[in-house]
Amino acid sequence: MSPTRPLHLAAEIGGPPRYDAGSHVALARLAEGGALDYVTLNDSFARPGPDALAVLARVAPATTRIGLVPTVTTTHTEPFHVSSAVATLDWVSKGRAGWQADVSSTEAEARLFGRRPAAPAAALWREAGEAADAGARLWDSWEDDAEIRDAATGRFIDRDKLHYVDFEGSTFSVRGPAIVPRPPQGRPVTVIDGTSGPAREPAARHADVVHVRATSPEHAASLADDLRRRAAAHGRDPDSLRVLVALTVDLGDAETAPEPGLESGPQLAGRGTYFRGGPVDLAELVIQWHRGGAVDGFHLTPITPERDLERIVNGTVALLQHRSLFRTFYPGGTLREHLGLGRPANRYALADTSGDRS
Amino acid sequence: MKQMHLAAHFPGVNSTTVWTDPRSRSQIDFTSFEHLARTAERGKFDFFFLAEGLRLREHNGRIHDLDVVGRPESLTLLNALAAVTDRLGLAATVNATFNEPYELARRLATLDHLSAGRAAWNVVTSSDAFTGENFRRGGYLDRADRYTRAAEFVATARELWDSWTPDGASRPFAHSGRHFEISGEFGVPRSPQGHPVVIQAGDSDEGREFAASAADVIFTRHGTLEAGRTFYADVKARLEKYGRRPADLKIMPGVTVVVGDTDADAQEKAAEIRRQQVSPQNAVLALEQVWGRDLSSYDPDGPLPDVDPDPGSDLVQGRVRVADPLAVAAKWRALSEAKGLSIRQTVIESTARQSFIGSPATVAAELETFVDTEAADGFILVPHLTPGGLDDFVDRVVPLLQEHGAFRSEYAGSTLRSHLGLAEPVWKG
Repeated sequence: MSPTRPLHLAAEIGGPPRYDAGSHVALARLAEGGALDYVTLNDSFARPGPDALAVLARVAPATTRIGLVPTVTTTHTEPFHVSSAVATLDWVSKGRAGWQADVSSTEAEARLFGRRPAAPAAALWREAGEAADAGARLWDSWEDDAEIRDAATGRFIDRDKLHYVDFEGSTFSVRGPAIVPRPPQGRPVTVIDGTSGPAREPAARHADVVHVRATSPEHAASLADDLRRRAAAHGRDPDSLRVLVALTVDLGDAETAPEPGLESGPQLAGRGTYFRGGPVDLAELVIQWHRGGAVDGFHLTPITPERDLERIVNGTVALLQHRSLFRTFYPGGTLREHLGLGRPANRYALADTSGDRS
Repeated sequence: MKQMHLAAHFPGVNSTTVWTDPRSRSQIDFTSFEHLARTAERGKFDFFFLAEGLRLREHNGRIHDLDVVGRPESLTLLNALAAVTDRLGLAATVNATFNEPYELARRLATLDHLSAGRAAWNVVTSSDAFTGENFRRGGYLDRADRYTRAAEFVATARELWDSWTPDGASRPFAHSGRHFEISGEFGVPRSPQGHPVVIQAGDSDEGREFAASAADVIFTRHGTLEAGRTFYADVKARLEKYGRRPADLKIMPGVTVVVGDTDADAQEKAAEIRRQQVSPQNAVLALEQVWGRDLSSYDPDGPLPDVDPDPGSDLVQGRVRVADPLAVAAKWRALSEAKGLSIRQTVIESTARQSFIGSPATVAAELETFVDTEAADGFILVPHLTPGGLDDFVDRVVPLLQEHGAFRSEYAGSTLRSHLGLAEPVWKG
C-alpha cells in the first residue's frame, strides 16, 4: 500500500555547541542537498550555545531552499521581540522561516533573568501558546497590500490596512501593530513538540507542525489522532496539521549488521526515541512507520551531526528517493510549500470583507 | 592627514527618506540591505548601522502614513548580512529598557562570533508608556532611571562577556544592582572582539557622560563646524576622569551628503531632494508636530497659522518631541514673514538636514576639515534613497578621500575594533 500522505523529513543540526558560521552552513547545505523540508537548531538558556535564530539567519543567505527552524523560548523573552525576529528570519530567507516554541522551566534559567521564579510546565505552556497566538496576530497585523506608495496623496501606507492586535494574555499584553511588515509566508511555520501533556493543547491549537516522540507506529498514530481531534475542536482543519515523529539516530555502526531488536522498532531513550543501525535500516523504518498514513514524516536528530547527517542524506534519503517515496528536488520556494501548507489568509483582511471591521 | 571613520545608516522611517522617487526600492526586502551593505563595504566603511522600531509612530491618534513604515528586527537582519559581507562592521540599535541583559548580551556575542568580530551595539533608552504597550515591562521609567538602567545594563553585559576566560573556560557570574539581580553561567564563550563595540546616541548631558564612561562611539547630531568643535572638546574632556584617552571614544555625527558634478549642480539636486522630502502633506504634519494641533485644514502653499502652539499636546506619539514649541513657532513665523514663505517653503527652509552639498572635491574637502579641526572623528552617512543612496558617495567621494590619505584604501584588520582603532577591552576576570 502506498503512503496516503507525502513524506516530510527534517533534521536537527545542533550538537555540541559550535559558535562559528561555517559548520552550521555546511550542515544546512548538506540537508538541502537531500531536499529535506527543514533543519532545526535547538536552543536553551540552560546550556551553552549560540542564539539559534541568529545562527539560522546567518545560514539563510548561504542556502536557497531549505526551511530554517530555530528553537525560540517564550518564558523569559518578549513576545513582541520573538514575533519580530521570526518575521525578520522569514524576510531574510525569502519565506523559509519557522520557529519551534519551547519553555524555560528551571530555577537556573529564572535566575539568569531575575524577573520571575520558575513556574510549572502547565503555566509555561499556556503562556507559550499565548505567545504563539500573539505572534501570529502580529504577523497578520499588516495586510499584504498595506504598502501603497501613493505619491498623489503622499501616503506610503494605507493605515486602514494596519491593525492593532490588542492581545491580552495571562502574563503579558501586546498592542501592535507589528513593526515588521507581513512576512513572505504570511505566517512563518510554528513547530511544537507535542509529546508532553502540557504542550499538547498549545500544539493542537497553534502549531503547523507537531513533533511527537513515539515508541511504535501505533503509539505515533494515537498521538497524531489525538492532536488532530484537538485541532478540529479548535475549529482548525485537522489536515492542516503536520505530525512528524521525532527520532534520535545513531548511524555510527553503519558498516556493521543492524542491531538486534531493530525489527521490533526503535528503543526509547531520553528525550526522543532512539534508533541505532545503518542508513538503509533507517529508511526501512521510515517506510514502515509512514506506510499506515498516521504520521506525515520524521524529524531526525543525529547523535553526531557531522557524521550522521551525511549518512542520512546520502544513505537513507537517497534510498527513499530511489523508491520514489521522497522528493528529489524542491518544487516550491517556501517552507510552507515544502510542507504542503497554504499561505494563510489574513484574519484582519477577512474581517474587512465580512463587514465587521472595527 | 588624520584618518576619518565612515559608517552607513540604512534609510530611516522619517521624512529624510524619499520613497516617491522612482529609484526608491523596498525598505524590507533583504536585497535592499544587501545592496547598501555591499556598497558600504566596497567603500571600505567602518560599519553599517540599523536603527530600531518598537512601536509604529502615531500622529493625532492614528498611525503615521506619510513616511516609510516598517523595518526588520536589527540583530536578525545583521546576522544575515554577515553572510554577504566580510569586513564591514554591523551595528544594531537595541533598546536597554525593553530587553534583559542576559538575553541581549548573548545575542550580541552570537553576532560577534558569527561575523568573526564585527558586532556593535547602539544603546538607546526609552521610557514612554506608548512603546511599553507592546511589552511585558510596560513603560514607567522616568528620565533619570533610563540612564541608570542603561549604564547598569551595559556594565552587566560586560560582566557576562568577561565571565569566560580568554582561553575558553566558563565561570559563574553574579550581578546584584539596583536594576538587575542575576546569576548563573553565560552561554557564549568570549567573542572575537572581547566585547562588541558600544555606540551611544544622543546629545544630552546624561548621554554625553554615559558615552564618556562606557561607549566606544558616540553618534551625534551634526551642527556647524563650530558647534561640532565645541561638542567634540566637551565630550573628549570628560574621558579622563574615567581613565580613558581621547582616542578611546570616536565622535561620529550623522550627516547627509549631496554630490553633484559641480557645486551648483549639487545645490540644485539638494533643493529637489528637499522638495521630495517635504511633500505638501509632510509640510502640514511638520507644522502640527510643532504646534501640537490639528492643522489639516491649512493650505500648505498658504501662510502659517495665527494660533499659538499647544505645548502640552500629545498629538505626536513614538517620536522625540519638539523641545520648545513656542520658540520654534516664533522662529518659523519670523522666517515666513521676512521672506514671504508659505507653510511648505518655511518647513523646507527650517528643517534642512543636508550637511554636505557640493562637487566630490568640495564634499571631500569639507569632511576633511571637520576631522582635521576636531569637530568629528568621522561620519555616519544617512542616505535619502533605498538602496542606491550611497552609490555616488562611494564612487566619487571615497576615492578622493583615499587619494588625500584621509581614509583607508584597504581594511587593515578584520574586526570592527581594528577598523575604529580601538584597543581590545581589558579582560576583567
